[in-house]
Amino acid sequence: MDHRRKHPWAGLGIALATAAGMLASGAEPWLTLTVLVLWTGSLWLLLPDPAPFAAEPDFAGAAATARRDLLGPVGTPLVLIEGQRIVEANQAARSVLGAHILGQDARIVLRHPEAIRLLDLGDDGTVTIPGFTGGRSLWQLTRRRVDETRWLIELRDRTTEADVSRAHTDFVANASHELRTPLAAIIGYIETLIDAGGKVDPATSLRFHETVLREARRMQVLVSDLMSLSQVEAEKHDLPDETVDLARLIERVAGEATALAGKGRVEVTVPDAPVNLRGDRAQLEQLVRNLIDNALKYGDAQAPVRVTLQAEGPGSVRLAVADNGAGIAPEHLPHLTRRFYRTDPGRSRAAGGTGLGLAIVKHIVERHRGQLDIASTLGVGTTVSARFSPVS
Amino acid sequence: MAQEHTVKAFDDDITRLRGLIAEMGGLAEVALTDAIEALVKGSEDLARGVIARDKKLDVLEAEVDKLAVRIIALRAPMADDLREVIAAMKICGVLERIGDYSKNIAKSAMKVEQRRKFEPLTLIPAMADLAGQMVHDVMTAYAARDAVLAAEIIARDDKVDAFYDSIFRNLVSHMMENPASITSAAELLFVARNIERIGDHATNVAEMVHYAATGIYLTDRDDRKNA
Repeated sequence: MDHRRKHPWAGLGIALATAAGMLASGAEPWLTLTVLVLWTGSLWLLLPDPAPFAAEPDFAGAAATARRDLLGPVGTPLVLIEGQRIVEANQAARSVLGAHILGQDARIVLRHPEAIRLLDLGDDGTVTIPGFTGGRSLWQLTRRRVDETRWLIELRDRTTEADVSRAHTDFVANASHELRTPLAAIIGYIETLIDAGGKVDPATSLRFHETVLREARRMQVLVSDLMSLSQVEAEKHDLPDETVDLARLIERVAGEATALAGKGRVEVTVPDAPVNLRGDRAQLEQLVRNLIDNALKYGDAQAPVRVTLQAEGPGSVRLAVADNGAGIAPEHLPHLTRRFYRTDPGRSRAAGGTGLGLAIVKHIVERHRGQLDIASTLGVGTTVSARFSPVS
Repeated sequence: MAQEHTVKAFDDDITRLRGLIAEMGGLAEVALTDAIEALVKGSEDLARGVIARDKKLDVLEAEVDKLAVRIIALRAPMADDLREVIAAMKICGVLERIGDYSKNIAKSAMKVEQRRKFEPLTLIPAMADLAGQMVHDVMTAYAARDAVLAAEIIARDDKVDAFYDSIFRNLVSHMMENPASITSAAELLFVARNIERIGDHATNVAEMVHYAATGIYLTDRDDRKNA
């Protein structure tokens, strides 16, 4: 660091000049020498000495701060590795992996053998790691070279995507299962009838045929539910463009339901004035029908199902379908709109349910930018309500 | 906790040691998951993969041992540093055992026949999930030097034991009803036993993590219940 050491040239010059002056003015040479030595000595003593160290700009520190500022606000978890050590981890990474990871060996965090392989890899690469943050999580790790010794590891949470694809597989599996069950019954009964070669007594034959018809109808309902579900899903993002009077629509659908279920089973309370909604007529009819069907199926057979439509503050109407029945246990509530989810599979099938009703309802409500709400008390009953914004 | 050491080389050694332990933990965890998958799916390739990868665990164990001895010999660590090194030596032995148990499961997996008939084949993966999660979390506790999490993991071992009891009873009644499948049922019993041991060993690691972090031993089960 010699180049930075300052010599007090100016002070030396003045001291030498003074000494020369003293000699010239006839001062004692020893006195002159003493003054010169003291003067120059004091110059070095007063020199601000090891200060240059502190004054040196802290390039490493500045770089670290800049790095932190740069990585910090990024939402994707990022980890900077130098050699084998983690030298930087942004906020997102620390909240996923814990604050302890800074300064640790990278393997502390990335201990899965696949991740270790990524670390040992001489080059950029990507690996997918199941159970990275425990359980069923799935993460994708990408390693990118920054410079000779440093690597940036980017972590992406793929758990949701994996869940979606799993849900899709489950759906296909469930749908095939649901279709196969009635089909198996139909084939079984028809085979029996054919094998008997017409020697079945008429009463049994009739009973068999009735079963076949019932199972075939069940398949029909299931197929049409599956089709409407896929249609509603396909149109999910297009706003419907018809104007529908929800009050009259409810009256009509409830009327149909009463005709089938018997007089007094459905109580309808709707305003006399039209409640106009931007919507899809067929879908809204299906929504109301599904809700009333459910209430009739699972509610108390003695008590009527109450269908109400009423304004709720400005710009909001609430359609509610309430029954008095067994109710639904709270742990089932969040899953009710999942396809093929049943709280009691046996009873639902016996009642002719497909397990798709509420899934369709949810999609229809979402397409109409509404809000679906299911409230239930065990032993008291269930109220399903949907809020919509009518057009003024 | 991660205070810097004045001797940078010592700091590097400790970090490397912890890195090696973490790598072993990752291997042990995956060995268990893969072995169970091999058992459920009846995949011999997966099972062989588990058996082959167990060698890597042995290599790492030797490496940890060597490094730990070197640290003790050259740097004479004190207090929590010494605990760290001692714990690392013990943990690496335990993790190697977990790998061995997983290897045993993989070996059994290849011997089970007619796997569809066994009801415990749905219980065993659930039990293995619990044990696997214990191994995963204990390595997280190790990485974070988290004594609280370690104590929580120790408490979880009871659930694994309860699973083992129920699988044991289930398999014994299965053997009585189907004497023809006793060989396979016995293999499954070994698998359940191995998982139960893995749970115990995860508990051991948790105790070591607790010790390394706080200096307090959490050994006796009875003590734990009173605490």
